[in-house]
Amino acid sequence: MKRLFASLLLLACGQLAAQDFDYRLSATPVARDVYAFIGKTEDFDTVNGGNIVNTAFIVAPQGVIVIDSGPSLRYGQQMRQAIGRVTDKPVALVINTHHHPDHFLGNQAYADVPIGALADTRLGITSDGNAFAENLFRMSGDWMKGTEVQAPTRTLQAGELEVAGRKLRLIALDGHTGADLVVLDVVSGVLFAGDLAFNGRAPTTPHADVAHWLAALDRLEALTRDSGFTALVPGHGAVTRDAAPLRQTRAWLNWLTQTLRDAARDGLDMNDLLARPLPPQFAELPVAASEYRRSVGHLFPAAEQAALEGK
Amino acid sequence: MKYPLTIAAIALAALMPPAEAAALKENGDPLDSARWGEMAKTFLAGAPVLFDPRVKVIAPSTAENPMQVPVTVDATALPGIVEVVVFADFNPIVQVLRFFPEGAPAYLGFRVKLQQSTPVRAAVRTGDGVWHVGGTWVNTVGGGCTAPSAAAASPEWQKRLNEVSGRQWSEGPNAGRVRLRIVHPMDTGLIAGTPAFHIEEINFTDAAGKRLMRVQTYEPVSENPVFTLNRGVVDGPLEASGRDNNGNLFKARIAP
Repeated sequence: MKRLFASLLLLACGQLAAQDFDYRLSATPVARDVYAFIGKTEDFDTVNGGNIVNTAFIVAPQGVIVIDSGPSLRYGQQMRQAIGRVTDKPVALVINTHHHPDHFLGNQAYADVPIGALADTRLGITSDGNAFAENLFRMSGDWMKGTEVQAPTRTLQAGELEVAGRKLRLIALDGHTGADLVVLDVVSGVLFAGDLAFNGRAPTTPHADVAHWLAALDRLEALTRDSGFTALVPGHGAVTRDAAPLRQTRAWLNWLTQTLRDAARDGLDMNDLLARPLPPQFAELPVAASEYRRSVGHLFPAAEQAALEGK
Repeated sequence: MKYPLTIAAIALAALMPPAEAAALKENGDPLDSARWGEMAKTFLAGAPVLFDPRVKVIAPSTAENPMQVPVTVDATALPGIVEVVVFADFNPIVQVLRFFPEGAPAYLGFRVKLQQSTPVRAAVRTGDGVWHVGGTWVNTVGGGCTAPSAAAASPEWQKRLNEVSGRQWSEGPNAGRVRLRIVHPMDTGLIAGTPAFHIEEINFTDAAGKRLMRVQTYEPVSENPVFTLNRGVVDGPLEASGRDNNGNLFKARIAP
């Protein structure tokens, strides 16, 4: 009885803790003047409030460069406060790596500074942003209160970009979405891979072109072999000093593609595929079961069409 | 109206395992849907109804894409089937399709557009006039019926309208299976300015001209529909022919 009471109390406290809508963001140092906020390797829910994503910032000589703004207005505000505890320099530029909502719905907290993204990312946020936000309200509940789409205000292009006295190399890739911007901080050698790289969490595929994604991973892996490379910040999961998240992401995508192609050729339908267990190498990977099911929905129709058309 | 047989007698006659027999129910919707009464009135008017575990409706409990929710109806454990009607209680257009498994097992896979979370059910009429009902709940974010088809945004489909691609599997774990895909926008008519435009009927016949299955399809069937049938034994080519509600005809031969 006592134990029951204690666990009830714990449960109640757990809920109270969630109800203060504090993401408890703390900046993890990645390199000198480079920090990341590492989210949980979970799916969106009303306990994590959507803090399942990595965001980052670079303290440049004349200001701060923010890379992705998180899943909500509250996240963006709390992130900006957390940056303020590290430096009193003003934010010079916010970069959205791609048009998925966990990476840009914190933009509202930065409405007073330039927000940059690739042209297709700007288009994607403008056309799909509201639908994405609605979906996050459904999954993360009151954490999303007050969140509205703040579209980027500036178009970024591949190449060198100097921001607030710091040199960045912007690499325009695609595959996770139609436009995935990778940022290399030249001075520190930190590579911000966005959602082209997942670490210790199954990748998401709602807008994926897997062949392009695999090609992008090859490009990124080549960058990690450059002498200046020091760290990789994936879109989800822990920072690494090597290319492990790229290899993990590639292994998942290769397995997924092969599985769907073989299933289509063997005459399976979507429900047959959904009923299959994950292979042992992915059974323990966080959110693998749910991402597998989602990916079947996203990617199987094309595999099936190819098989039925004899390709 | 009184049932022609008691539940116990049906279970006994069908030699059902005790667990399945215990799941047979004459009343009280196992899916507890507020719309069940209306569904029964619309589709099963006046005839005896039995909630029957032999009617399997397989669909994901959460649909990732409400435009393409995979549904498999397997009533092959039930003998003497005349007709199968598939409906979704809370869809703006509830009737999904009907099929008549004449020379083929009562098995059909397809995909459906769902507007919101809803039971998806199959009611199977047997020769004795009883409707055997099975179903499952599908949770979905919605938007499946009132979102425009991809075809509406691209003129490409017009060149390929009613194009059929398909295959039969004569060996391996899925021997006897037939799968086909038909290019069609399957517009529901629920979007302003886009009238209902959908395939109405598909007939499957064997090489000798014997009909294996007739399928009547309605608006909720997904764009570019994909069907999975089980022929049992593959015996030569299969012909799929049909038409849409604008009178466009199609006919395709699916080689083994």
